[in-house]
Amino acid sequence: MMKRLIKIIKTFTLWELLVGLSLTLRYFFRKKTTLQYPEEETPISPRFRGMLALRRYPNGEERCIACKLCEAVCPACAITIHAGPRGKDGSRRTTRYDIDVFKCINCGFCEEACPVDAIVCTSEMHYHIDHRGQNIATKEKLLMLGDLYEKKIAEDRKKDKDYR
Amino acid sequence: MFEQLLTLIWIIIKIVIILVPLFVSIAYITMAERKVIGAMQGRIGPNRVGIFGLGQPIADVVKLLMKEVIKPSASNHYLFFIAPLLSMAPALAAWAAIPFSNGMVLANINAGILYLFAVTSLGVYGILIAGWASNSKYAFFGALRSAAQVVSYEIAMGFTFVGVLLAAGTLNLSQIVLHQSGGLWHWYFIPLFPLFVVYWISGVAETNRAPFDIAEGESEIVAGFHVEYSGMGFALFFLAEYANMILISAIASLLFLGGWLSPFEGIPLLGTLFAWVPGLVWFLVKMSFFIFLYFWLRATLPRYRYDQLMRLGWKVLIPITLLWILVVAFAVKLHLGYWFAS
Repeated sequence: MMKRLIKIIKTFTLWELLVGLSLTLRYFFRKKTTLQYPEEETPISPRFRGMLALRRYPNGEERCIACKLCEAVCPACAITIHAGPRGKDGSRRTTRYDIDVFKCINCGFCEEACPVDAIVCTSEMHYHIDHRGQNIATKEKLLMLGDLYEKKIAEDRKKDKDYR
Repeated sequence: MFEQLLTLIWIIIKIVIILVPLFVSIAYITMAERKVIGAMQGRIGPNRVGIFGLGQPIADVVKLLMKEVIKPSASNHYLFFIAPLLSMAPALAAWAAIPFSNGMVLANINAGILYLFAVTSLGVYGILIAGWASNSKYAFFGALRSAAQVVSYEIAMGFTFVGVLLAAGTLNLSQIVLHQSGGLWHWYFIPLFPLFVVYWISGVAETNRAPFDIAEGESEIVAGFHVEYSGMGFALFFLAEYANMILISAIASLLFLGGWLSPFEGIPLLGTLFAWVPGLVWFLVKMSFFIFLYFWLRATLPRYRYDQLMRLGWKVLIPITLLWILVVAFAVKLHLGYWFAS
């Protein structure tokens, strides 16, 4: 009986409706969570898997030794490697190292497979392709990217060192 | 002859003075809606065009003007283009009888409230004809739903008007407002509170706004009666909807919240402090409150199901209004309370 009375009172005073309206009104004055994207960005984890790059040793020597582990592990078959002895000292190096960015799924397996930390994922995600053929990242491009982002890459690796 | 011409020109000037601010406010109300709903959902809302996004409505207008007007080949071409005009014209015509302040009215007709009721009811023809002429099943269903809904809620709305008429004893809108003078506690929303709530609910339903927007329920019938419209045709429906929203808000503040009367009237200190504020400002403030209420409801409530909507209209709102009309009639007859003293 009492329950029914309460229900009738609630119905005629539009109680539930007012509760809902008060909730939205509270949100109206609350701090907004919108991120103004081009000006602000969300913080990125040091493990973020963005664009790929090839690193060098501090003395300028390229790290990659053409072991082809990354090519083997790549689930999307995005990596193509041709190997051969280098002209000046005869050491085993890649003559061709192409990544098809269209095929690449940014899984990061290549980075995990690499014994010398040559191929790495950078935290950079702002890139675009506007012409046919630009989707093939050649060895020169990847090394250039590695040089460009070396500071950030090294920093991220250092942060994550204890967990690898 | 010359004098008549002068009167005509004077009337046209008055119409322009009413309509231009109306259109500007419609443009900015669309933006206010996006801002308010955004804020209630924890977002910022449009803020990219111009400072604080104030250029957004202008950008929207330009976009709508530039868009191609598509004419479905299966449609009835004449009706297809008449329909937006038919929904737009009543929404604008109704403003003739709205008193903005004491004496600030285009046509101070004695049957003002009847005129408003008649003209706003015509708007449903625009929707019906749009749905029929589009020759599209979604538009047709949207129109059917909308027509049934508007017709049902019109009854409850009419009864709330009857309550106000009983209380004020006149059909003239200016007179109704003047009957409420004497302070906040003389306004009709206190003795007619149930009618006020019912009026507001049916007003929201009448303008096909959330939570009663089943006529354009996106999840079921795409956009309802205006699916086939693009460019200016769509813009006209849009304008009509917002003009109707402002109109319903204006009528609500005229009938129940004392129109242009100051809320501080009769209060010793505040009354004299705010005496310099023109009536128009109070009227606009009250209208803005109702417009905000529209957005607030839209941000809060999910859409009604069709049968629930019909049940609410016929089985809940109409009995309540009938009952309260009876109460008001007795109160008026017996001169109960200071509202009905005269």
